[in-house]
Amino acid sequence: MSELRKVSSNPHVRDKDTTSRIMLTVTFALLPATAFGIFNFGMRAALVVAVSIAAAVLTELLFELCCKKKVTVKDFSAVVTGLLLGLNLPVSVPLWLPAVGSVFAILVVKMLFGGLGKNFMNPALAGRCFLLISFPALMTNFTCDAYAGATPLANLKAGVSVNAIDMIIGRTGGTIGETSMLAIVAGACILILAGIIDLKIPGSYLVSFVVFVTLFAFLSGRTVDGPYLAAQLAGGGLMLGAFFMATDYVTRPITQKGQYVYGLFLGFLTALFRIFGASAEGVSYAIILGNLLVPLIEKYTMPKCFGKGGERS
Amino acid sequence: MAKFTFIGGIHPYDGKALSKDKPMKAVLPKGDLVYPLSQHIGAPAVALVQKGDRVLTGQKIAQAQGFVSAPIYATVSGTVKAIEPRRVVTGEPVMSIVVENDLLYEEVTYPPRKSLEKMSREEIIAAVQEAGVVGMGGAGFPTHVKLSVKDPDQIAYVIVNCAECEPYLTSDYRRMIEEPEKIIDGLKVILQLFPKARGVLAVEDNKPDCIRQFAKLVKEEPKITVASLKTKYPQGSERQLIYAVTGRAIHSGKLPADVGCIVDNVDTVVAINAAVREGRPLMHRIVTVTGDAVAQPQNFIVRIGTNYHELIEEAGGFRTEPEKIISGGPMMGFALFDLDVPTTKTASALLCLTKDEVSAMEPSACINCGRCAQVCPGRVVPKLLAEYAEHDDLDAFVAHEGMECCECGCCSYICPAKRPLTQAIKSARRMVLAQRKKK
Repeated sequence: MSELRKVSSNPHVRDKDTTSRIMLTVTFALLPATAFGIFNFGMRAALVVAVSIAAAVLTELLFELCCKKKVTVKDFSAVVTGLLLGLNLPVSVPLWLPAVGSVFAILVVKMLFGGLGKNFMNPALAGRCFLLISFPALMTNFTCDAYAGATPLANLKAGVSVNAIDMIIGRTGGTIGETSMLAIVAGACILILAGIIDLKIPGSYLVSFVVFVTLFAFLSGRTVDGPYLAAQLAGGGLMLGAFFMATDYVTRPITQKGQYVYGLFLGFLTALFRIFGASAEGVSYAIILGNLLVPLIEKYTMPKCFGKGGERS
Repeated sequence: MAKFTFIGGIHPYDGKALSKDKPMKAVLPKGDLVYPLSQHIGAPAVALVQKGDRVLTGQKIAQAQGFVSAPIYATVSGTVKAIEPRRVVTGEPVMSIVVENDLLYEEVTYPPRKSLEKMSREEIIAAVQEAGVVGMGGAGFPTHVKLSVKDPDQIAYVIVNCAECEPYLTSDYRRMIEEPEKIIDGLKVILQLFPKARGVLAVEDNKPDCIRQFAKLVKEEPKITVASLKTKYPQGSERQLIYAVTGRAIHSGKLPADVGCIVDNVDTVVAINAAVREGRPLMHRIVTVTGDAVAQPQNFIVRIGTNYHELIEEAGGFRTEPEKIISGGPMMGFALFDLDVPTTKTASALLCLTKDEVSAMEPSACINCGRCAQVCPGRVVPKLLAEYAEHDDLDAFVAHEGMECCECGCCSYICPAKRPLTQAIKSARRMVLAQRKKK
């Protein structure tokens, strides 16, 4: 008998796409926002982001080496986490802050729960919320060389007039990567064209946000007009959150109907926090809370199988 | 209403160019022929011959055991050498009749047939049953059982599955190009059983030449139409095919006949035609021998029982040493650790690949991307089912419709983390079926 050949269960062919290619594409899609952040806030922004990424990757590497687990940093997911966290920080933070945030995000939120795919919260957002609670003064100081005073969203909340055009382009204060709606949407287009995300979550999130923010602003006695809504949409972390964080595979519902429900819920929470909350911001906490509801949403939105109604959707 | 497609599915590299222009060529076996007694779904056949008996081509050597079973015929003349367990494509030993080929190919004379018009429904079905015809698309379900529906007037569609959606396979394609009349004649035989049914030749639109040729041939046939379906794997899967052609959907608990459909594969329809019109038993099938490791990829008319080694030799041997050899297509075929297995009624191809993509890729953690659920033609969530399977949670597996999986392989194919989802789900399905049997 000749030598034995390889056997395995069907199928015997595989698609070319891999986890690391997806993560690299996400990193690439975040480059416009990162580049604009550096242009807007100066080279120190690059330093903050670099520290954040380096800390995230090193934490994952060291944890896996210490626990004698398979090293998975090659999948680039830690790079995405570090980059997203960096983009969610003000440029003025001391450099140990992104490092602390990344360690928390990777070690506590991701690795302790079992690593990639097992975390129930978006690590970058959990890291940001951890920093917001622990170091509120540092995290909400948006004064830097380029901009002084409050962010446009805070001004909007206080009733000070803002320039919506500047907000859409991104020539305003804020965190490093959130200011430019244009750059973020450009990156989002890359993700959509590459088939990595679709519009179910961002679409339902943004539509629901507009509806609820109009309703809540009206209820709280504000005048709601086009520029106000444009400023609400372009301001704060909404765009970055809707396209890059609410769409995080691991922490969003896998069911298609569930994704609409999730988007609607995020829009509702964000509007609620922005209008009635103490802070002008609401995206991070809305998504974190949304993450916690994912198992429940999935449970009630399980698809019907083929032959029981599922063949049509 | 016809949809011409279904939701989900994938577009793998199709590899059909290797063999699609190679005409069907008959292969005369030289070595021993092996006839496993179980090459169909249902009870194994029972041997009618003993060691030392001389058999002729076309002689029945094993008879059906019960209704859901099928007889087996010798495909060469020679002497019965042994009745013993032999390994089949799945790797398991199956009791088989081994015939030593005397190279004379002496054939029995077939009794004359009544003309089709004069045959009753029972006579037609009996002829199919007697000829040992089973579903040759891969399932191997005895065809006479499929045709014996309770109320023949309920059947609205007889669909010939000409999709051939499996990559690399061109056996049905060659049959459609070279012998389309046999397919149409076979369809007419089935239509005679179901007076209210319409015949549909369902072809994927990557075979426009077949569609044109069929359309020309059935122009004068009021009861037969050609459906051009969107090219997508697994369009040839029975439930997806019925949905694409008729808009009717069935789950695993139902039969096509429940929604008025009969579906048969190209080669099966040709076998029905030969059985009913000529009284010839099922002895041949078309096998595509292909892959980048084969010297001359081809489509062979193979006598059932022929050893796979002979098919490779006939195709000029290996061009490069294959890492993986698959009986069937790359999506649903069986990997062989060794070529020493016989061609059965359900073997559509012998695919030899220089590189095995699967062993070169290491599975990593699931990132919940949801692609498996997007491509699943059964509209279940493979990622969840595979998790339940890995945790041996069969109750949750069944509750989340794990039994609706048709094992087409789309989920494993698309998974960016290269997780063996289909494999996990398949084994859980086997466990559930075994449990149900025990009860």
